[in-house]
Amino acid sequence: MKQVHVDVAVIGGGPAGLAAALAAHSEGAGRVLIIERNVELGGILQQCIHHGFGLHRFKQELTGPEYAQRFINLVKETDIEVMLETMVLEVTPERKIYAVNSQTGMLEINAKAVVLAMGCRERTRGALRIPGGRPAGVFSAGTAQRYVNIDGYMPGKKAVILGSGDIGLIMARRFTLEGAKVEAVVEVLPYAAGLTRNVVQCLEDYDIPLYLQSTVIEIHGTKRIEAVTIAQVDAQWNPIPGTERKIECDTLLLSVGLVPENELSSQAGVAIDPVTNGPLVDESMMTNIPGIFACGNVLHVHDLVDNVSRESERAGMYAGRFAVGSSNPAPRRIKVVAGDNIRYVVPHEVSTTEPVEFFMRVQRPEDSVVLDVGGLRQLKKTSVRPSEMLDVKITPEQLQSLEGDTLVMQIVPQKEA
Amino acid sequence: MDRTKKKATKVQVVIVGGGIIGTAVARELSRYKLDVLLLEAEPEVGWGTTKANSGIVHGGFHEEPGTLKAKYCFPGNQMYPQLCEELDVCFKQNGILMVARTPEEMDTVQLYYERGKERGVNVRLLNQEEVAAQEPNLDPGIIGALYAPEGGSVMPFELAAALMENAVQNGVNFRVNAEVINAWTEDGKKYLETEEEVFEADYVINAAGLFSDDLARMFGDDYFSIRPRKGEEYIFDLSVRDVVKSTIFPVPGKISKGILVIPTAAGNLMMGPTGDNVDEKEDLGTTQDGFNRVFEGAKSLVPSLNPRQIIAQFAGVRAASDRGDFIVELSPNVPGLVHLAGIESPGLTAAPAIAADVPRLLKEAGLELEQKEHFEPRRRDVLRFGSLSREEQDALVKKDPSYGRIICRCESITEGEIVDAIHRGARTLDGIKFRVRAGAGRCQGGFCQPLITQLLSRELDIPVTAVTKAGPGSEQVKFVAKELSEMEVAKS
Repeated sequence: MKQVHVDVAVIGGGPAGLAAALAAHSEGAGRVLIIERNVELGGILQQCIHHGFGLHRFKQELTGPEYAQRFINLVKETDIEVMLETMVLEVTPERKIYAVNSQTGMLEINAKAVVLAMGCRERTRGALRIPGGRPAGVFSAGTAQRYVNIDGYMPGKKAVILGSGDIGLIMARRFTLEGAKVEAVVEVLPYAAGLTRNVVQCLEDYDIPLYLQSTVIEIHGTKRIEAVTIAQVDAQWNPIPGTERKIECDTLLLSVGLVPENELSSQAGVAIDPVTNGPLVDESMMTNIPGIFACGNVLHVHDLVDNVSRESERAGMYAGRFAVGSSNPAPRRIKVVAGDNIRYVVPHEVSTTEPVEFFMRVQRPEDSVVLDVGGLRQLKKTSVRPSEMLDVKITPEQLQSLEGDTLVMQIVPQKEA
Repeated sequence: MDRTKKKATKVQVVIVGGGIIGTAVARELSRYKLDVLLLEAEPEVGWGTTKANSGIVHGGFHEEPGTLKAKYCFPGNQMYPQLCEELDVCFKQNGILMVARTPEEMDTVQLYYERGKERGVNVRLLNQEEVAAQEPNLDPGIIGALYAPEGGSVMPFELAAALMENAVQNGVNFRVNAEVINAWTEDGKKYLETEEEVFEADYVINAAGLFSDDLARMFGDDYFSIRPRKGEEYIFDLSVRDVVKSTIFPVPGKISKGILVIPTAAGNLMMGPTGDNVDEKEDLGTTQDGFNRVFEGAKSLVPSLNPRQIIAQFAGVRAASDRGDFIVELSPNVPGLVHLAGIESPGLTAAPAIAADVPRLLKEAGLELEQKEHFEPRRRDVLRFGSLSREEQDALVKKDPSYGRIICRCESITEGEIVDAIHRGARTLDGIKFRVRAGAGRCQGGFCQPLITQLLSRELDIPVTAVTKAGPGSEQVKFVAKELSEMEVAKS
């Protein structure tokens, strides 16, 4: 078995892994290794051939592959090592990584610091338990996106899309442009789950109907899907009798949420937040296991890749510091708590010595509100949406002024603030 | 269709149906100097009731005395360890626990205990403390249980495929996509017709499962019928694997054994099945109501079960007969026709014992049987990357690099294993999923399906658009990109 020793091992060569590796390298980590299971770097961005990436970061509208390539080019200019088509099978709490590829066989990689950047997977039909048959033609939206954009095949020509997540919205447009008819996008929530700009640019511009507070209650067909029955739902998401409607289709796409892929993390003993399904991290993006860091969609599902890059740079920077031994444990810890209309906040715990950028999501849409950061900062927001992450930066000085050891993040009405 | 147009091929024994019964019989008959052909309607064997089976190798204490179920179940159970060892099929002998919550239920458990004892089944009675010590995650209201340590779990589809593979090694012929569309007797001979061919058979084994009554009727036997009964099952993520060790049974009701909590041979926990009479033999839909009943039943045994950890569900239809028991007999009307029908639970457990009894039936029907000098009981070893040590994995990849390419990330299944499955007979995405579990994990093929599609296309030398989920008509991607938009352009 081949033994490898590195300063920082980054698991995953998508946008999170690329940014983390570059930052670790800049921080002075001598040997940085990216382990990527796919045949190329870039992760899921490579199949996101639509534009809209990089508006914040590069002030330009890039496609997914273009955005990824900017980072890949930067990696190429360094001596960061890349192992492609290499699958990590196990990570131990001692930061030993077992990985396999067809050229080398089994590898034992000993890393001073590990960055988890494995991304997320899509929720499935099985997880939703949609009743009915199990015919061909039912895809998660990302799988269909891969078939169309990477492999060059169209699943079908008459589609229904369940869920208005961003991938579903993007695929509604892609299917339409590819000559298929999208009969409906069906969303259980009273509002679209994806970004507003995607609702406008992918559905409204193409006259694709969006049915809110509705869901698919049955899949019809034995060999290939033939139709779905949709129905309106009540506040508890139970179908309302009498509202059923059958829609013929040969394809059902599911865009019903993403789940961070933390099976490797759990194996290594990393504690997981039941709300984000990602690791619990501190201000350096380090998990409860010393030297194991996490960033990107494996930590929490992001709205924009720009935010992934920014967060991952922090994780990479601190992983680099940890590897070269220049990080010091902070004396005072502050626990971060999600208050009113905040679903979660990352990081979960911070010190008072480092600047922090918090990412969070709200539970429900609200207009004319204030984001209150433990009384340290108050930010006016014209609207907050669950689909759009909020972020706020806090300085060490501000943190030091906090009384107690808990920081409550909450949304309050503007007049109260 | 005119039956005389096709030239009949003579075969000594035709087995109709490649489920667990047909494939077990095929392997049993491959021990003898016989010309045997198995006909399977679907693209792969094990595709009907078998693939949707709970996979439980029952203890042999449930069945009513005097029934054929009782006759074959316990002997079948006893054959499993050797059978699975020979065929390199996973058999998890994790035991069966039938639990009681009331003194009345405990009385019933006592009856099953005595029934088991009488048959020679290894059974023990456990009190409340012993149950809690053995299975700490069971409902604390459980006051005692019957424990049968020799019960276990297999993957039924894997077993059927292995039986067929070994039968073929020993000279049995088989056809897939070969539904019997017509069957008849003429001048004392039996004929079977498929779309492509006609066979003239000396002996016919009816192992057609749900359709065994239809086949019997084609031959003029109208004395039994199949009453399809659907069962829904729900599978949990692999992370929910150590909640219970044994398969947990409630005290059974009149019709079924009840809702069980099953640690499958694959490792995932499963709950089910329902038992609902249905009109359609191919009604494989799951239902909200079915889920509610399964979950209620399973939760009453294991309170910590969380529906959010469910990754998949399926339904299968049992081929129950109107007799309420197995039918294992020579046709009273058609000489040389053997019916193996109505094989509902515990049919999987009983299958090896039923198969072992078929030579007796054939002898009774006049067939002379002579054992082969060389019967090979083992199939070629299956390499399972995930079950090897790190050193063994390293050595395997160095020998064959295709075992270093992980295709299914959730279950760590390699290209080597998938290609091997195709070479052993997998023809579809479902076939690969059932044989090697690629696509059976928590992402349900979201990541690996496009890759497996490419492997099927490459190995079978068919276009990607011809790769199916489960046979013709279930193509997964129907068009090449731009094909549709070009059609649109052509129209306008």
